[in-house]
Amino acid sequence: MRLILMLVFFICCSTGGEIAMTYGMKQVGEPESFRPGALLRFIKKAISSSWIWLAVPLLAASFYSLLILLSWAPLSVVIPASAFNYVLGTFGAKYLLREQVSPKRWMGVIMVGIGVTLVLLA
Amino acid sequence: MSHERRLRFKTLVMVLLMVVCANLGDLMLKRGMLQIGAVQMSTSGIWQALGSTIHNETIWLGIFFLIGFTFCYMTAVSWADYSYVMPAGAFGYAVQTLLAVLILHEAVSARRWFGVVLIVVGVMLVGQTHPSTTTPRPVAS
Repeated sequence: MRLILMLVFFICCSTGGEIAMTYGMKQVGEPESFRPGALLRFIKKAISSSWIWLAVPLLAASFYSLLILLSWAPLSVVIPASAFNYVLGTFGAKYLLREQVSPKRWMGVIMVGIGVTLVLLA
Repeated sequence: MSHERRLRFKTLVMVLLMVVCANLGDLMLKRGMLQIGAVQMSTSGIWQALGSTIHNETIWLGIFFLIGFTFCYMTAVSWADYSYVMPAGAFGYAVQTLLAVLILHEAVSARRWFGVVLIVVGVMLVGQTHPSTTTPRPVAS
């Protein structure tokens, strides 16, 4: 039971953090090039985004809960189980980030979800 | 190179870097947590575990790789869809399960392997869609 609860906490923090980070990065825009100066400007702009700072504590919480999960269960259970993020994340991408999620993309995500379920039941 | 091919190429490079960094990071974290032992779910137990993780070099190596993963992820979603980048990153599960078997000597059942195969096929389907479906964003200045 404690494993399931910790998994739910991890998935919520992880997906929420990633959605917030993606929203922030869409506002920042892509780097003009991969030269050091351009990358530094890119990082500077990213860390000035309030969305990134909303994402950081959520991702930190997901990171620490991942550490706890890793101390409780084998890597080959914990890591694929966290793939539930993809199902929740796709809903978030469609309804919060306004991405166009095609049937093929949904099918791919559902296959990932089924794969994750099989991994959990194994 | 056309705009779409360039977009696919740079997204693929970033996703591959994400997979490598995430796999190595998770593997190091697992090794570090095995050294520390099971975390006790009490206030003192959590604080004790936090202290142990701070002083563990393997955990820090894992964190280094996960910072690399985060940078690659942030860069990729600055131009590509979140619903494209994150499933594409799931390709690493096949590699990760293989590493868990070969390096950590964990037992992985046939059903679990089938789940991993489904995840990889799902990721391949997502990879066939267009990487970016939102309006183009400005270049950072």
